[in-house]
Amino acid sequence: MADLDDRLQRLGLHDLHVELGGKMVPFAGYEMPVQYPAGVMKEHLHTRAAAGLFDVSHMGQVILRPKGTMDDLKLAFEALMPVDVLGLAEGRQRYGLFTNDQGGILDDLMFTNRGDHLYVVVNAACKAEDIAHMIAMMPGVSVEPVTDRALLALQGPGAEAALEALLPGVAAMRFMDHRVMGDVWVSRSGYTGEDGFEISIPMAGAEGFARTLLAQPGVEPIGLGARDSLRLEAGLCLYGHDIDTTTSPVEAALIWAIQKSRRAGGAREGGFPGAERILGELATGPERLRVGLRPEGRVPMREGVEVFAPDGTPVGRVTSGGFGPSVAAPIAMGYVALGFAPPGTQLLGEVRGKHLPLTTSDLPFHPTSYKR
Amino acid sequence: MKYTKDHEWLRVEGDLVVVGITEHAATQLGDVVFVELPETETMVAEGDEVCVIESVKAASDILAPVDGEIVSVNTKLVDAPALVNEDPTGAAWFFKMKLDDLSVLDQFMDEDEYLDLVS
Repeated sequence: MADLDDRLQRLGLHDLHVELGGKMVPFAGYEMPVQYPAGVMKEHLHTRAAAGLFDVSHMGQVILRPKGTMDDLKLAFEALMPVDVLGLAEGRQRYGLFTNDQGGILDDLMFTNRGDHLYVVVNAACKAEDIAHMIAMMPGVSVEPVTDRALLALQGPGAEAALEALLPGVAAMRFMDHRVMGDVWVSRSGYTGEDGFEISIPMAGAEGFARTLLAQPGVEPIGLGARDSLRLEAGLCLYGHDIDTTTSPVEAALIWAIQKSRRAGGAREGGFPGAERILGELATGPERLRVGLRPEGRVPMREGVEVFAPDGTPVGRVTSGGFGPSVAAPIAMGYVALGFAPPGTQLLGEVRGKHLPLTTSDLPFHPTSYKR
Repeated sequence: MKYTKDHEWLRVEGDLVVVGITEHAATQLGDVVFVELPETETMVAEGDEVCVIESVKAASDILAPVDGEIVSVNTKLVDAPALVNEDPTGAAWFFKMKLDDLSVLDQFMDEDEYLDLVS
């Protein structure tokens, strides 16, 4: 156990989390607060009703600088993803997906056009591989990991007022806007389905900034447990669970992330890893599809639960699931064979040897409140 | 009250033993959202999985602490699983067992010993 702890990295705000009563657990190589004394359920509901402050400093922040022109950089980055990078305006952020040659997903990420460079945020568990991938695949690009900054997410209907008090001007930002405000980088985004912000700040000032935010009305610290239930209610994928190297963006119901310019007939059609499979699935439909799943009773259906048609034929599997505090019922996501994907399809999930009824559902389970 | 190393409490009521989980266990589990109770009038053996507690985070089992017959279950928990967090050692008992010999409970910890274990 001592060896394991030695290998875990501590967040810059570790001492603050402990002081706030955070229960620290290993996650993606870091000691992370899974919950605070209020508990997952209350933290979840608080974020939906007021504002929650999350420390997501474990995620990877990377700056990409062109060695030639900015367009060279954008086109090089575009060659890694079925996503329009060239058309992203300055000061705007977009969701992206690194794909492999088989059309599977290596990671999902957010990237921002900051005029003369791109700013990228990737998943903690993937960041070393992502950085190696970008260095190998983009020789004409300077790939610079950012290691001296914390990343905070402030989420919920009270986020705007709380952050505006510290950083006047953020209230004017729209969903997926990004601003550099002195040495603080702010995006109007998050991963909870709520309106809110992600804030990158130099480590030296991060604790004071977090404490000032926590002193704002309605702002409470929120752990990884509630982050997971919030993103599940919002129908958002968790890498390594809902998406991985075997799932294509089309199967994952992420076709909204594939802009027209990269699709068949688009200005820059294809040209990304796995284009053959991904464009093929866009044209003819995938074999399986990620859907929402609503267990009928109170029994949660978690990752790994096998899903069956009423006649007992296996048709899919739950990739993440649990209890949705705002929905006040068990919710899940998973992959089912395409014919069983339409919302309202009656299926069965196997829990502890029993086949229990569930119904396919549209996503999200809880309406999003992005400020578009 | 007696305590098992699996964080159950055992309380003798007449010739029955009432079984629940400790405050420590309830806190560790987090918010309980579902409880699957055993059937009454079933014989169970020590170590059998007799109840499932689903919290927001995970599913956990309650094991039968001793051999005996399940004679009663707390159906209140079906509609109000949060009772497990609110009143773990009172209203949120899980089941009552009938034993051949109550003296088998002597093997379990008393309160001081249990508090030492979890401190």
